[in-house]
Amino acid sequence: MLTILFDGIAYGMLLFILAVGLAVTMGLMNFINLAHGAFAMVGGYVTVLLMQKLGVPFLLCLPVAFFGTALLGALLERTLYRPLYHKPHLDQVLFSIGLTFMAVASVDYFVGSSQQIVQLPEWLKGRTEIGEGALMLGMGHFRLFIILVCAALTVALQYVLTKSRFGSQLRASVDDQRVAAGMGINVNIIFLGTFAVGSGLAGLGGALGAEVLGLEPSFPLKYMTYFLIVVAVGGTSSITGPLLAALLLGIADVAGKYYIPKLGGFIVYSLMIMILIWRPQGLFVRKGGK
Amino acid sequence: MDTQNLLQRKGRWKLWEIPLWIAALASPLLLASHALIINEIAIVALFALSLDLILGFTGVVSLGHAAFFGMGAYSAALFAKLVMPDPLVGFAVGVATATVLGALCSATILRGTDLTRLMVTMGVGLILMELANKLDWLTGGADGLQGVIMGPLLGRFEFDLYGRTAAWYSMTVLLLVFVLARRFVNSPFGATLRAIRDNRLRAMAIGIPVTSRLALVYTVAAAVAGAAGALMAQTTGFASLDLFEFHRSADVMLILVIGGVGWLYGGITGAIVFKLMQDAISSITPQYWTFWIGLFLVILVLVGRERLIRPWSWLKPGKNGGKS
Repeated sequence: MLTILFDGIAYGMLLFILAVGLAVTMGLMNFINLAHGAFAMVGGYVTVLLMQKLGVPFLLCLPVAFFGTALLGALLERTLYRPLYHKPHLDQVLFSIGLTFMAVASVDYFVGSSQQIVQLPEWLKGRTEIGEGALMLGMGHFRLFIILVCAALTVALQYVLTKSRFGSQLRASVDDQRVAAGMGINVNIIFLGTFAVGSGLAGLGGALGAEVLGLEPSFPLKYMTYFLIVVAVGGTSSITGPLLAALLLGIADVAGKYYIPKLGGFIVYSLMIMILIWRPQGLFVRKGGK
Repeated sequence: MDTQNLLQRKGRWKLWEIPLWIAALASPLLLASHALIINEIAIVALFALSLDLILGFTGVVSLGHAAFFGMGAYSAALFAKLVMPDPLVGFAVGVATATVLGALCSATILRGTDLTRLMVTMGVGLILMELANKLDWLTGGADGLQGVIMGPLLGRFEFDLYGRTAAWYSMTVLLLVFVLARRFVNSPFGATLRAIRDNRLRAMAIGIPVTSRLALVYTVAAAVAGAAGALMAQTTGFASLDLFEFHRSADVMLILVIGGVGWLYGGITGAIVFKLMQDAISSITPQYWTFWIGLFLVILVLVGRERLIRPWSWLKPGKNGGKS
């Protein structure tokens, strides 16, 4: 019971880290980026390949995955994404699906289609159990590690967003791009930075999640729906919305798969459709936002 | 020329269309060895046509159109397997179930932004795929629905291995639906749909019942997609989970965009180009052809379809934006 809750929270935190970049870029640029999962996959593969081929320790791989993906994100933002900001949503959807297809096929070509396995260091492999009977809480150390890292990142993100100068510039740009530009904020730089950090976080999430979610070339297509659910249900105006949505989704998914395995993803999708019919703008939308 | 004539001229049959359709109907005879691919093109064209009704003419972005395609396919196949093998009755059953599903789902696309609609349509597709996967006593689960045997068409024409009957069957359905769809979009009803696409708020203000129009057109599109699915299941004698897959919804969108959105021949042109391209590329690199499709999509969007089919405009300084 508690174990399921614990696993659900770990899963939800992971989804949040993976999807938060998507939420912010979508709120900021109104760009529907279906290729976000591809960045996560890049992060995951960077980690796996570094560990397998070069023997780099796991902890060192995480920052490499973050910065590598962030760099890639910045590069793509400058060259490919920028011309599309003012195109209709249909074009954006087509473009990002195309990009995803390319990423899937290239990984398949260069690395192979089999599932990759991450060799975790010894100290992350164990499992601690507290309590007894129905209230027993079993914590996998790696999941605990995920929760800690993701919680730290969430606090840091929230801090940057609400307290720093960059955060207020970012929030101003999200609320009204034109007025923000008029006040002397360089919106293009804000876009670039946000996109890079968002991609980087996706890469980090992919690296952390490689063991939990399973890493294979079809990763971006498989989890794209989950990221989009987080964003669509959580709304794009804050990061608490996506956080709560991700936790809800994580717990619902783990519990659903545990208690009623026959139904699979059915519960999650039905829940999403019902929430979106009920509140089409997302569950946690600020009054007075766009 | 008076105004009425001017307005009606757009909806009339042009001279070049009649020989085109005669050629299309004769193609299974002329290119007898390619009847299978002609059949496939006709089905995909029908599917793209149905997406065009909601995407091109009404402006609803959908990533879950395969739901209706699969629904039509599975119900036609199940009907043939469990009730009776007559193709035409099975076809009607496939269309009917897809229509019902479309009417139910139309409630989901009425509100919200593009993102909400994308998510909801995609969710419906995924739910149906899960259902088809889990109800394995009925649908065969991941192995697909096997053992579907179709009776002869009209009690006379057997479906043969070379697919000639199948190609004629699909082509005839395509022509019939095309004629109907043409009447549909050129009617005053179709005009209100385009008004909704161009500006929903204004359409509401001049008294168009936006909600019921959207629901109706979504249902009609679902019915057409169901027809395409039913044809697919009947002519291949097989239905599998692949019919509900996400890439099918994405492919049909690509097809429509290649051919041109908001133009009835768009789906048909796109289907021909896409199928031939798929055939050619997958014979070179069978495993990685999605890469080239992806690359094509990216280039298509970055360059713009208008300019891609007019190579002479590449060197001129582009008018940014343009029609899309």
